[in-house]
Amino acid sequence: MIAELGLAALWLAAALAAMQMAAGFMTLRVAGPTELAKLIRPAAMVQGVLVTLSFAALVWLFAVTDLSVKLVAANSHSMKPLVFKLSGTWGNHEGSMLLWVMVMGLAGALIAAFERRLPERTMNATLAAQGVVSLGFYAFLLLSSNPFERLPVPAAEGMGLNPLLQDIGLAFHPPTLYLGYVGLSVAFSFAVGALLTRQVTPDFARAMRPWVLGAWVLLTVGITAGSYWAYYELGWGGWWFWDPVENASLMPWLAATALLHSVSVLASRDALRTWTIMLGVVAFSMSMVGTFLVRSGILTSVHAFAVDPERGTFILGLLGLFIGGALLLFALRASTISEGERFAVASREGALVFNNVMLSAILAIVLLGTLYPLLTEAFDVRVSVGPPYFNPVGAIFAVPMLLVMAVGPLLRWRQDRPERIGREAALFAALVLAALLLFGLLADVALLPLLGLALGLGLAIASLMPLRGRKLTRTPLATWGMVVAHFGIAVALLGMASESAFSVERLAAVGEGDSTTVGPWTVVLQAVEPVAGPNWTALQGRMAVSYDGGTPITVAPQARNFWAPPQQTTESALVTRWNGQLYAVIGDRAPDGRWQLRLWWKPFVPLIWMGGLLVALGGVLALFGRLLTDIRNRRLAARIAERRADREALA
Amino acid sequence: MSAWKPKHQRLVLVALALVALVGAGLLAAYALRNQASYFYLPEQMLSDPPAVGQAVRLGGMVEKGSLQTAPDGVTLTFAVTGNDGSRVPVRFSGIAPDLFIEGSGVVAEGRLGPDGTFVADTLLAKHDENYVPRELQEMDEHQAAKMAEETTVGIE
Repeated sequence: MIAELGLAALWLAAALAAMQMAAGFMTLRVAGPTELAKLIRPAAMVQGVLVTLSFAALVWLFAVTDLSVKLVAANSHSMKPLVFKLSGTWGNHEGSMLLWVMVMGLAGALIAAFERRLPERTMNATLAAQGVVSLGFYAFLLLSSNPFERLPVPAAEGMGLNPLLQDIGLAFHPPTLYLGYVGLSVAFSFAVGALLTRQVTPDFARAMRPWVLGAWVLLTVGITAGSYWAYYELGWGGWWFWDPVENASLMPWLAATALLHSVSVLASRDALRTWTIMLGVVAFSMSMVGTFLVRSGILTSVHAFAVDPERGTFILGLLGLFIGGALLLFALRASTISEGERFAVASREGALVFNNVMLSAILAIVLLGTLYPLLTEAFDVRVSVGPPYFNPVGAIFAVPMLLVMAVGPLLRWRQDRPERIGREAALFAALVLAALLLFGLLADVALLPLLGLALGLGLAIASLMPLRGRKLTRTPLATWGMVVAHFGIAVALLGMASESAFSVERLAAVGEGDSTTVGPWTVVLQAVEPVAGPNWTALQGRMAVSYDGGTPITVAPQARNFWAPPQQTTESALVTRWNGQLYAVIGDRAPDGRWQLRLWWKPFVPLIWMGGLLVALGGVLALFGRLLTDIRNRRLAARIAERRADREALA
Repeated sequence: MSAWKPKHQRLVLVALALVALVGAGLLAAYALRNQASYFYLPEQMLSDPPAVGQAVRLGGMVEKGSLQTAPDGVTLTFAVTGNDGSRVPVRFSGIAPDLFIEGSGVVAEGRLGPDGTFVADTLLAKHDENYVPRELQEMDEHQAAKMAEETTVGIE
């Protein structure tokens, strides 16, 4: 019954999306307000409620493990802990697509309910575009991946969920990324709405900005969490593999970062109009490309769940339809959008344009590197593209970008004299050069980590300079956001460079009671013992580890055996200190009874994820700053209108 | 420095973006030709071996009875076989992935040594949510080799 209700709610929501789309486009042709236009906002809101109900129905089916539903039987198991039953709702293809449309529906409902700044025509066009995008995804769900499909005979027991995915990281990682993707779909709808009505104004940028900021924050959190998940769960000691699935989340982030900066220029300076629209289209295209890569099963990796050509073709069709349509519209309308405000090369806009172009170039490099293996496979040549390509080629554009990023925020809008910030630029250059010399001479560090260390140090100081001479308590939240986010980039960069420059690895076979060392650590393997969890058994290596002869700490990495489905995973053990992390993994037993241990000492590696979180925090601060200003402005406008009405009444 | 003329400014921006993107594209095309690591089946590696030291990947089945652990306890040697009985010896130091067993499919990332042994840095075994072990057990070696080929398409 619950499954049927969920399905019915989904069909109704799809019908409302169709209505929203049709009504939106029909009112576009009429100049004044019409009866039809009054339907659009309520349609979007009710749609949001219905699709949420549908998702709640699926969560319920997973919570009670209703094995007559195919999706539950295929992906869940009655013995699974409740939290993983719930997170299993979106740990599969159909459920994750339902999560996607639910978030999209909620986003549509939110703009319909609260966005009042834009002209009504632009709003209608935006909601119509949102309707088109949602309808595509509803069709995808209902026609090719119905999550509520019943089995003719209920299964006796579920098949279980991939143990690698039975992790608290999974409960948050995909939903955050999806929320980010969907935020970009809202930005896309705004861009299409503005193009349709030729209203590319600062007001439009202000309406779009919170969505871009929100999407960007969630993507940042999602990528950071995903990287940490891969780091501790896969047991390879790496934090970024340039896996196509990782790239699929990085590409929308790069586009969103560019869009975030250009939308700020449009909002405060009324420049970069067409560029912002273009980036809005590109950012959503990248989310769609990401979804296509992950969902179509075209890649085979840990994340690629679905192997079904029908679905891949469907998403590719949607991708072509949305992006092709948007680009066509862009080609037709771009020339009719009048030029924005002018600015000089040496200005904050100039620096932002430079960084936008560099981000786009990095995006192109990641995209080409990700698609290249698919392309050559069509000619029966199998290749893989990894760090030897991405790292150096990406760095060619990342290094100039980081240099400009250090001084850009110090420049004034519109026009500035470069000599005015001479002292700050000189300080930054001196820091970078000093660090280059210091690490280059004292430590044997490869070129890229060396550049990373030097730029990271310089940038960490330079990112704080916009606060100089300001009264800290009166600095706007949005400025704090920028400073914190830029500082976060520097911190993450330092972590990455340090991990790659100073990591020490030790691979050894150790008998019970014996010890080994890695970097400053001494590791004693005390015992290897069997342990059991709710749906797994494991061999656990109990070790006493001590840093530089200090008090020993006990850690216990495990090799786990899951029985539904039967699979083994490696659970690493981590010891975090202020100056780095010890990473321990236990492997197989050698024929002579010793155990394989793989140990890493990774100085300052946690900075990578701390930096990522700082970047996200910066985004949150900026978002709050903008929203608070917005609310204050609305109150002010309401009060002015009230006064005027009073005065008129008096007269 | 003065502000550009409106028409001029848009042109300069478009030109700048195009130059950067085309530059990125050319650079990527050049780097991809040199840096992509190619995939070999054992028979290909024997008939047309890659240059010694070039990063490539080798995919096939782990030959039954060939897996041995060296006295240091962490170095594995085994042979990877292809569809036509060709075999390539492989050496790997490290912790093998969870699904790495004799008779299963494997992809080894590494380089060919001068003595004809493939020195692997990483071993990849397939993880899949829809992993069905019984079918794998009942499969004969030829089918398994075919499956290994399928599972390695586009892997990492």
